[in-house]
Amino acid sequence: MTALSFEQVHQKLSARFGEAIGPVQPAKKDAFCTFAPPRLVEICRFLKTEPDLWFDFLEDLTATDHPKQNLIKVVYHFYSYRHRHIFVAKVEVNRQDAEVDSVEPVWKAANWMEREVFDLFGVRFKGHSDLRRVLLPDDWIGSPLRKDYSESGGYRDISNVRDNPLDLYLSMDRQLKAEQATPELAAEGKAPAAEGPPVKSGA
Amino acid sequence: MAESDLKGYSHDPGASTALVTTSTSVLENLINWSRRSSMFYLLFGLACCGIELMQTGGPRADLDRFGSVPRATPRQSDLMIVAGTLTYKMAIRCKLLYQQMAEPKYVISMGSCANCGGLFQLSYSVVKGVDKIIPVDVYVPGCPPRPEALTEGFLRVQELIKREKQKNKFRPKRDSGETGAGYDVPEVV
Repeated sequence: MTALSFEQVHQKLSARFGEAIGPVQPAKKDAFCTFAPPRLVEICRFLKTEPDLWFDFLEDLTATDHPKQNLIKVVYHFYSYRHRHIFVAKVEVNRQDAEVDSVEPVWKAANWMEREVFDLFGVRFKGHSDLRRVLLPDDWIGSPLRKDYSESGGYRDISNVRDNPLDLYLSMDRQLKAEQATPELAAEGKAPAAEGPPVKSGA
Repeated sequence: MAESDLKGYSHDPGASTALVTTSTSVLENLINWSRRSSMFYLLFGLACCGIELMQTGGPRADLDRFGSVPRATPRQSDLMIVAGTLTYKMAIRCKLLYQQMAEPKYVISMGSCANCGGLFQLSYSVVKGVDKIIPVDVYVPGCPPRPEALTEGFLRVQELIKREKQKNKFRPKRDSGETGAGYDVPEVV
């Protein structure tokens, strides 16, 4: 029942895994360190089962995208109900073929969180029991939370464009004024085309 | 029985025309009155507008005094109140629910999100207005609209029904994919 500070946990991990644990990165809110991707599951199992650490709760699993560094960082928040301490770790993977080992064998709760990261960031989790999209439709294209994501123009046949209704009124107004300016043309049905942006048909 | 006595009955080939020419307005009034006085609405709350929808059905605003009660299935509903943000994933389901409703059916688009996407218009996953999927009769603005506003919208639908002519009874099938370009959404697989 002794809560450990971040540094103490980090020391324990470094003593056990050496190079696989990155240096402490002080941050505004939560300090964190990086884990080497190949030994992730091993480290996580140690975090959970070591009596002094006992991180029995995977609080959060998410990711951040860093296009300039060509990295996706998968972020893990651990919490221990027994000792009341927390730990934050990140795993850095390449953006092109982002693949991380799944921690689902360690914490069952990782299942949906990893599916969410897979859904929105396109990170594949090796060893996941059921890696499908969880929020977006199954036939969605792209990973929306990547910085370079651009919409593909709606979903299936549903357009993602909505015209400004004012454009329609403005063009009708221009048409009316043009007809009033040249009444003889309007009578013959040859009113000059209204200027301005063309009115797109609905839908 | 004289032949003239058969006029007006269904097995008489001239019955329908006779009825229409002689007592159109009376029948129309009767049908429209019964129709608008028992508008069962589909419970379709998608977001915070759903809370206001519940309030509208509650004792204070009390939509029940217009003969309108909530139904939990589209097959018993006449009116669909789309209350809240419609995502693309839900849009397919919304379309399906609309198709399951029996004619005549009416749609109220409730709140900014259902009208045009509203606050979430720039999101990648939100439909820019429910009228991209199904035809809408009345738009109720607001974020979310108060129960009074939704009641007003409901009364406007009743006004629409009041003016309905029986020759226009079957509304153009905009969801068949033949006439309305924007309304053909593939079925759920």
